[in-house]
Amino acid sequence: MKSDSAPAGGARSGDATSGPPLAIVIEKYADTGVVIHTHRLHGDETVVVHAEDILDVMNFLRKDDRLNFDMMMDLTAVDYLDNQNLNPYLAEMNARFEVVYHLYSIGKNHRIRVKAPLAEDNLFINSITGIWGGADWFEREAFDMYGIVFRGHPNLKRILLYEKFEGHPLRKDYPKTKRQPLIGPRN
Amino acid sequence: MGVIDDSEQAEAVLSDSVIITQLDKVVAWGRQYSFFLYPFITACCGMEFMSVAGPRYDIDRFGAALPRFSPRQADLLMVVGTISHKQAPILVKVFNQMTEPKWVFAYGACTVSGGMYDNYATVQGIDTLIPVDIYVPGCPPRPEMVLDGLIKLQEQVVKERQTNRVKGIAPVGEADDRIVT
Amino acid sequence: MTDAKKDYDFHKESHTERMVINMGPSHPATHGTVRFFLKLDGEKIVHCETEIGYLHRGFEKHCENGSWTQAFPYTDRLNYNSAIQNNVAYAMTVEKLMGVADKMPERGVYIRTIMCEFARMADHYTNLGAAALELGALTAFIYFVEARELVWDIIESVCGARLTSNYIRIGGHASDLPENFKAHVKKVFATNRELYEDFDKLLTKNRIFLDRMRDTGSISVEEAIQYGFTGPCLRACGVEYDVRRAQPYLLYDQLDFDVPVGSTGDNFDRYLVRMEEIRQSMRIIEQAIETLPEGPINIADPAVRQPSKEGVNTVMEMMIFHFKNEIEGIQVPRGEAYFPTEGSNGEVGFYLVSDGGGKPYKCRVRPPCFAMTQAMGRMVEGAFLADLIPTFDMINLIGGECDR
Repeated sequence: MKSDSAPAGGARSGDATSGPPLAIVIEKYADTGVVIHTHRLHGDETVVVHAEDILDVMNFLRKDDRLNFDMMMDLTAVDYLDNQNLNPYLAEMNARFEVVYHLYSIGKNHRIRVKAPLAEDNLFINSITGIWGGADWFEREAFDMYGIVFRGHPNLKRILLYEKFEGHPLRKDYPKTKRQPLIGPRN
Repeated sequence: MGVIDDSEQAEAVLSDSVIITQLDKVVAWGRQYSFFLYPFITACCGMEFMSVAGPRYDIDRFGAALPRFSPRQADLLMVVGTISHKQAPILVKVFNQMTEPKWVFAYGACTVSGGMYDNYATVQGIDTLIPVDIYVPGCPPRPEMVLDGLIKLQEQVVKERQTNRVKGIAPVGEADDRIVT
Repeated sequence: MTDAKKDYDFHKESHTERMVINMGPSHPATHGTVRFFLKLDGEKIVHCETEIGYLHRGFEKHCENGSWTQAFPYTDRLNYNSAIQNNVAYAMTVEKLMGVADKMPERGVYIRTIMCEFARMADHYTNLGAAALELGALTAFIYFVEARELVWDIIESVCGARLTSNYIRIGGHASDLPENFKAHVKKVFATNRELYEDFDKLLTKNRIFLDRMRDTGSISVEEAIQYGFTGPCLRACGVEYDVRRAQPYLLYDQLDFDVPVGSTGDNFDRYLVRMEEIRQSMRIIEQAIETLPEGPINIADPAVRQPSKEGVNTVMEMMIFHFKNEIEGIQVPRGEAYFPTEGSNGEVGFYLVSDGGGKPYKCRVRPPCFAMTQAMGRMVEGAFLADLIPTFDMINLIGGECDR
């Protein structure tokens, strides 16, 4: 076991051979219509892509040598019911939900956030468990809490709640105190 | 040695080696000072439970040191931490499996009333599922408070007759539609 | 007849079945809230399926229904062993979203660093003590529970509560450090170092402990990265990823400390990494309290952090802001932010979405032990049943964080 005080994995904000990751992504998908929107807010870079192209984008982010996003940090979803003005493209696409992925590269020490809007009547998106095995439980949780179905997921069932629970609690229209007890009074 | 006519004489003769008392009192004395805990630990209160069992706030002084992780061998079910609706059937099953006599100690605000988690997933107090003998609120309760609760439970136990207090199984079944919030 | 006997293959002919055992949610070694469905072939685990969710308490739903400040008690109870670290991570994410992160005064930054490191120490003491307990070393458990009590005494003198501190606020802190803080810390560290030495002597070279921990629960570097491991478990595999070094926040780029890195990725390396981190935390705290400056502990902007009571009672502007902040909640501008911090288990990052109002629109915490519990099935496949216990201990699953 060694103790090391050198800075971890690579330069602090991307080394000289790669620019900020957002620029590389924009350049790659320049006229293809895959990218809906990008922004850089408070130092975080975000790219919004069409849900159908998510596998292509994720594969590129993982395998490209300048990007090298080897870790999928977080996968979650946001429900924008009646609040689509928070992100301008949501109203145009009539999207209620957005799946949010946070990726990190240990070697290059940079991060990116990928978002994919989904409409309420088409809550399907491809699962990225083929690219990062660790996305398994995160996708199950997004399914449990929001009802988003991940196509190609090996075992898509509820994880934090029980099978008999009906509904998806983190949706904005699910009341906070609506309990569905398995046993005991309906308190 | 002649015939011993009354109890005073009996006490005078036997006082050094025999204690005369009632069976109920002896049994109650034994029960209060030898709880075998079943620590049903789920959440943050479990960390305070580790402290209560630790060297500084020693629960061993009160006779309640040995945790027994089998419901058949335990008599004090300490429900430590939030019980969610997913966990509730398991709590009831463990309670039902415990043998008589048994007591339930609701440790922490979440078991007393649901605590600050008034939401879709949390049981609003375990007394909606199983009969509770002592409620110790706090989030988490300080170890001194837990020991105070244990002493109060011991005072309760010492007054019991050994023949009553049959708790039986928990009086809940599947989710009951007749009871409305 | 003799030929028939020679051809008799015992393993093929004897009818054995695989046994399915449920290591249920109420079990002394499952830290309360995880269920394992184990398929056993004798003592070897053929398949292990993990089921969580028994402590789901609706953290995100509560945060969406209360103001930004009302989320602090809920963040305490995420990783309840190191509650202050979650408070700090949340507060720093909100400050990033508001754009006031660099206005934090020096003393405030020092206090946050010191309290985070105390929380890290408390978490490691609890984890290693519980691991020792479950492997049978009860004396070692008692030593570390006492060491943790001393750390909790310090946290209690600062914020009033031992475990769920609720100390950090957006833009500052609830109160200042007590007067004899430095002397108290020095005294506690003297005793803690002795208890640490005792624990170390009991376990690190102990033959039984080594047999249980060495080469059990191993995972390769590639798989660890695939699963999303972070923190001591990833560092035990040999990857030098620590958020305090990669994306420094608070005082970590000005203080001198080492980040321990293992090599084999098994339980014993995780144990060694955590033991060394306790010593490094003590080192960080000692450096910080030597140079602790005087001064304010809160950001001076009343729209962010309410000023002192005298200010509220005497200056009109401050009273107006106080009123608005209490009734409507602190107004955080529209946007989203993710801020990674190094929790004692791994990378704790809050992802916040704001709609411009006083309530969070979305408050997501990235739970470090979620990723590692996912890998439990992979780590214990093919191992003996008894190897599940140290593996599960060393992941440091905290139910509040994994199930939220």
